[in-house]
Amino acid sequence: MSILVNKDTRLLVQGITGNEGSFHTRRCREYGTQVVAGVTPGKGGSDFDGIPVFNTVAEAVRAAKPNASIIFVPAPFAADAILEAADAGIPLIVCITDGIPTRDMVIVLHFLKGSGTRLVGPNCPGLISPGKCKVGIMPADIHLSGSVGVISRSGTLTYEAVSQLTTLGIGQSTCVGIGGDPLIGTSFVDGLRLFEADPETQAVVLIGEIGGTAEQEAAEFIQESMSKPVIAFVVGKAAPPGRRMGHAGAIISGSSGTARSKMAALAAAGASIVESPADIGLVTQKVLQALNNQRGG
Amino acid sequence: MRLHEYQAKELLAAYGVAVPRGIVAAMSQEVADAADYLGGHVVVKAQVHAGGRGKGGGIKIVFSPQEAKEYADHLLGRSLVTSQTGPEGVLVRRLLVEDAVAVVRELYLSLLIDRSRQRPVMVASEAGGMEIEEVASRTPEKILRVYIDPAVGFQSFQGRAIAYGLNLEAAQIRLAAELIGGVYKLAQSHDCSLVELNPLAVTADGKLLALDAKVEIDDNALYRQRELAALKDHGDEDPLEAEAGQLGVSYIKLDGSIGCMVNGAGLAMATMDMIQAMGAQPANFLDVGGVASPERVAKAFRILISDPAVEAILVNVFGGILRCDIVATGILEATKDAEIKVPLVVRMQGTNVEEGRRLLAESSLPVTFANDLGDAAIKVVAAQREMRH
Repeated sequence: MSILVNKDTRLLVQGITGNEGSFHTRRCREYGTQVVAGVTPGKGGSDFDGIPVFNTVAEAVRAAKPNASIIFVPAPFAADAILEAADAGIPLIVCITDGIPTRDMVIVLHFLKGSGTRLVGPNCPGLISPGKCKVGIMPADIHLSGSVGVISRSGTLTYEAVSQLTTLGIGQSTCVGIGGDPLIGTSFVDGLRLFEADPETQAVVLIGEIGGTAEQEAAEFIQESMSKPVIAFVVGKAAPPGRRMGHAGAIISGSSGTARSKMAALAAAGASIVESPADIGLVTQKVLQALNNQRGG
Repeated sequence: MRLHEYQAKELLAAYGVAVPRGIVAAMSQEVADAADYLGGHVVVKAQVHAGGRGKGGGIKIVFSPQEAKEYADHLLGRSLVTSQTGPEGVLVRRLLVEDAVAVVRELYLSLLIDRSRQRPVMVASEAGGMEIEEVASRTPEKILRVYIDPAVGFQSFQGRAIAYGLNLEAAQIRLAAELIGGVYKLAQSHDCSLVELNPLAVTADGKLLALDAKVEIDDNALYRQRELAALKDHGDEDPLEAEAGQLGVSYIKLDGSIGCMVNGAGLAMATMDMIQAMGAQPANFLDVGGVASPERVAKAFRILISDPAVEAILVNVFGGILRCDIVATGILEATKDAEIKVPLVVRMQGTNVEEGRRLLAESSLPVTFANDLGDAAIKVVAAQREMRH
């Protein structure tokens, strides 16, 4: 198993004919993801590499029965695209778009509450269940199918972590990039809960960063509800306070936003802390060895 | 994007939030004239993007136009150092001259987005004039929080709840509720990520006045807040940061001496952490982005080599959407007509890595290749130390 995406995922691409949308549609498809429809207003009735394109998500849903959507729509229109997909009843929306205004996200997230739709992102690389399905923009070949879940606020740092795991022969059940914005649809806690319930996932690698309190909330959940080991790294020890480090959400304001306080909270909750970003794979390997010894003995 | 105090106050006044009468001036004679016009007894405040102005000597109460002029002469065109600036301080180019107000109480009011609850929150406290963080840690019971439902917006009863919670007098309740409503309308209309009135003063004559105001506009919304975007003060920016901003490259100047160019914000921070863990300091944060062209990489790389503080450079690229050969081509482009005088360590992995390495290896650049993140940090710090000897 895996979480959120697998062989049964039927993907809709919103913004399929744009530059990024078309590039990544092809990559996802090459990986084996079933891409069943695309939406670009004004291009309904045409096709993209044989994939039917519709004017609206509602039409695409009626005709092609997608159960997930990935969004490559430019920032000024992305919130509207999320709402359109949610209104059409799509249960999983992955929004890659970076730069959506916060005020728009407040409305979107409010609309999604209780709607039965899960949003991953925005400003994220998407997710991949290695060997099964890719709904995102990550390089596919660094992944290996296995039993470690990966959840992260970052993009390329996730690739770095995954690559370290794969190099050591440690495969992944699903890798989820939850996004670097201050307001996101799927939190660390949501992801951890899904991994905890997934029988195939043995352990989870969590990669946090400065800003906000998402890591502290994750720590609370780990303490109270996780039976599986969590390996945690928080990036940004060297980041100065008050400066936004690339991601809209990566800014230290107040003591809870620092890497140190986040790591301390995760350590106190029983997570195995990775001190150096070069050691994410090694620490995970040790945790898995200890886990297997425990089970063996 | 943060507005200057005087800009924030103009905006607040337009939404019915009372602020002291004030005049902005850039020359000391103008400051004296403003003081004269306002009656002589005024507050003169440096307009810079840095907190801690009061303690740093950037705010002064004066009693005559002459005194205002003397203070302005001392401050304008000089650098102001506060607890939040670096030792080099920030240049003072404008002063705000305001009525000096007799204050009875100092309150705190702000509107921001609560990240966990994913909605706006109005924060108020009777302990104004201090950093709210300090109040929150010392006397958390003195902080009021009112969460705003995104679907219905701010309601009158919530304004009253805050006004009563601040123990205002009966005559001030309606005044306060209206002011609080104004703050909400301003934030909604202009995509404010923060509106902070600290202190919000109760004056001797029973009025409520925002004595200091901080307004930040969501950078992601600047495309639809053009009038406010035009107010951006590039004069306060580091020149290299301003240049990077125009390229759309995420760059932050830091105090260290190892320049780094990385793709992705998380990996860029991880690279900085690695450098620090090795006992050295990064000269910058630089995320070249995912969809970079050789031209963009070249421009970003030029920013690094034009920084005199840089003693060694680390390029760390995990190719995904961004191909390693694009990065290599960009670096070669940047160094075509500018000799690079510092050691260069390159760690590349992912898409088209062989081609990227080949391009750099066949060039005349002094490149050292690294195999992984740890190796890269060790090599760049060693190269820097060798340079120093």
